[in-house]
Amino acid sequence: MDSQTTYNYKVVRQFTVMTVVWGIVGMLVGVIIAAELVWPDLSMNLPWFHFGRLRPLHTNAVIFAFGGSALFATSYYVVQRTCQARLFGGGLAAFTFWGWTLIILLAAISFPLGITTSKEYAELEWPIDILITVVWVAYAIVFFGTIMKRRVKHIYVANWFYGAFILTIAVLHVVNSAELPVTWTKSYSVYPGAIDAMVQWWYGHNAVGFFLTAGFLGMMYYFVPKQAGRPVYSYRLSVVHFWALISTYMWAGPHHLHYTALPVWAQSLGMVFSLILLAPSWGGMINGIMTLSGAWHKLRTDPILKFLIVSLSFYGMSTFEGPMMSIKTVNALSHYTDWTIGHVHSGALGWVAMVSIGSVYFLIPKLFDREQMYSIRLIDWHFWMSTIGVVLYIVSMWIAGVMQGLMWRAINDDGTLTYSFVESLERMYPFYFVRFLGGALFLAGMLVMAYNVVKTVSGARPVDAPIPQTA
Amino acid sequence: MNSDFVFSSDFWNWWIIGLTLANIFGCWWLISWSSKKRPGEAAVGDVTGHKWDENLEEYNNPLPRWWLWLFYITLVFALGYLTLYPGLGKVRGVLGWTQQNQYQEEMAAAEKTYGPLFARYAATPIPQLINDPSAVKVGQRLFVNYCASCHGSDAGGGPGFPNLSDQDWLYGGDPATIQASILDGRNGAMPAWQAVLNDKGVDEVANYVLQLGGRDADATKAEAGKQLFATYCAACHGADGKGNQALGAPNLTDDIWLYGGSPGVIRQTIANGRNGRMPAHRDFLGEDKAHLLAAYIYSLSNK
Repeated sequence: MDSQTTYNYKVVRQFTVMTVVWGIVGMLVGVIIAAELVWPDLSMNLPWFHFGRLRPLHTNAVIFAFGGSALFATSYYVVQRTCQARLFGGGLAAFTFWGWTLIILLAAISFPLGITTSKEYAELEWPIDILITVVWVAYAIVFFGTIMKRRVKHIYVANWFYGAFILTIAVLHVVNSAELPVTWTKSYSVYPGAIDAMVQWWYGHNAVGFFLTAGFLGMMYYFVPKQAGRPVYSYRLSVVHFWALISTYMWAGPHHLHYTALPVWAQSLGMVFSLILLAPSWGGMINGIMTLSGAWHKLRTDPILKFLIVSLSFYGMSTFEGPMMSIKTVNALSHYTDWTIGHVHSGALGWVAMVSIGSVYFLIPKLFDREQMYSIRLIDWHFWMSTIGVVLYIVSMWIAGVMQGLMWRAINDDGTLTYSFVESLERMYPFYFVRFLGGALFLAGMLVMAYNVVKTVSGARPVDAPIPQTA
Repeated sequence: MNSDFVFSSDFWNWWIIGLTLANIFGCWWLISWSSKKRPGEAAVGDVTGHKWDENLEEYNNPLPRWWLWLFYITLVFALGYLTLYPGLGKVRGVLGWTQQNQYQEEMAAAEKTYGPLFARYAATPIPQLINDPSAVKVGQRLFVNYCASCHGSDAGGGPGFPNLSDQDWLYGGDPATIQASILDGRNGAMPAWQAVLNDKGVDEVANYVLQLGGRDADATKAEAGKQLFATYCAACHGADGKGNQALGAPNLTDDIWLYGGSPGVIRQTIANGRNGRMPAHRDFLGEDKAHLLAAYIYSLSNK
């Protein structure tokens, strides 16, 4: 039914269910490659299962398939509800779903075959890049078109963040993917040498800043106050940290290229703006967590709220850790070590995945006309499995990373290096095993979620909620 | 002239300075402006009056004071850092620091501390030096860091990378030759013979080479291959196939294979040729360290 009297929940349902599916797929690939680092023979020497080919499959699946589906689902839901308007563009929203699904399937085929641009988080080859651009433009038309036809005067804060995320990702993707095709499956970047590296990390860090931060802050600004039943803590803070965050993130990329061929002035700018980013990032955490003031008791009984609030704690922790790691002296120790991997996962699992999981638990009953999820107890189980999983993951990677950094710089009294690279690698086995356990536990939590979702959804008659005609 | 500060035009220099300062002072203005109360806005503790989706509202609480201070401190730090260090385009910074001069200073300090140690070892001829366990130990540490990624941590080599712990040498195993290989590198070039020999010829020569190495071979093909070998291969590998160290042409009769001794790999080597490259380390390591490395490598086969 495409009438203007109900919200378009169909596309939200599709993306919400696929969030769970892609979450399981992406994290499963992650657990497989974590296992390959402990037991290298697992790849059976077959090129399609090699770490180097599966790793981009994992990163793309969790960021763009799992995270992307969560962002599509929640932004489509939030923009409709807070604008009191059905999604703009008729069938365009459905096009974004099927287009995005096709992109994910093409990624799942092309990466194991070894087809890659070799640019991190932008490994997809040029025909798929063009498809992404087309789908993204459609997404922007649907989202901003809905904002245009809103029936409320003000634009809700969640939509500012979703809007910034959609616009910026379009710019980042198009600029970074500028490439010269050689064949249907191979292209070369148009940028030479150090410029290519700079463009790549301008893209790479803003993929973190806008895809994995701004987009998910939009999610936070809707689902936290909704689930807590409390007003957002500070409108003023939301304005300040929004503008500070989006202007400052743009500069942070060069901190990935400390002590490289990148000119030193660019490295310095990357570092100082990364430090300035601390306060704007924490603005979002404060606004989310303080929204709960007066409702702290709800944390005892509501596991969905637990997911949302703990995700904000991990967000605060990793946005403190990030600026610290961007300081040149710290970076000299942490760069190229597993500390970086731990940092990424405290953001990706602790923040991105947990805020998405909380939001999906909020959405599913509403989209399928159920009172609540099939089992609240299982959500609680999922919460604890996720939390323990993340902690195992990041603690093992902290120890591993700092140990690597210290071993690589240890010097004998004759000035030679104390350890060879292989010796440092040998010491990693126990930590790689704990990381594997942490990841496996997080994945097991996702399976509990899938069961809970299936039980909630089966037999349900999905209904599209009516749009209130008061404005 | 440090190329870090070369810009294609002065416009970009001012572009960077302008954008950087605009963003820093923009943040400053934003937080100082919004931390002041303006007439007509909601009182602290009240909602702003806007409502979305039935019950979404916003309080108008002030910016937390500790958070504001944190923000100001990072902005002050940024301005201080950009005064001291490069960052604002061509501005060098008061300290005059660059990563290049930091590297040079650290290397000079290391040279001052460790240089005499290596110079002392360098004065001792290699055949004597291998009797000094501490020298061999230092050489081994250098080897593990600079050479092991190709030659293996036990110097046992791998496909395409020679074993350095046996008695078989491509270019010669005397101390001076080993040191020359390290300092100036080697380029081993085996031409591709597919176009000259065709499949049949390649197969015949391969069988002869297998026979030379004492491996199973087809006697008829090997006989035919022997003629071809004399014409095309003997110039480098010698009439008897025992190689030529002046050219780095391997001995084919000792059943030691750089790229592999299976019939398939040998056919591949003959058909497509090989290009082995040992990089030069003279500029990177210097003669004194190369001397110790050569001593370690020499010690492996001269215990």
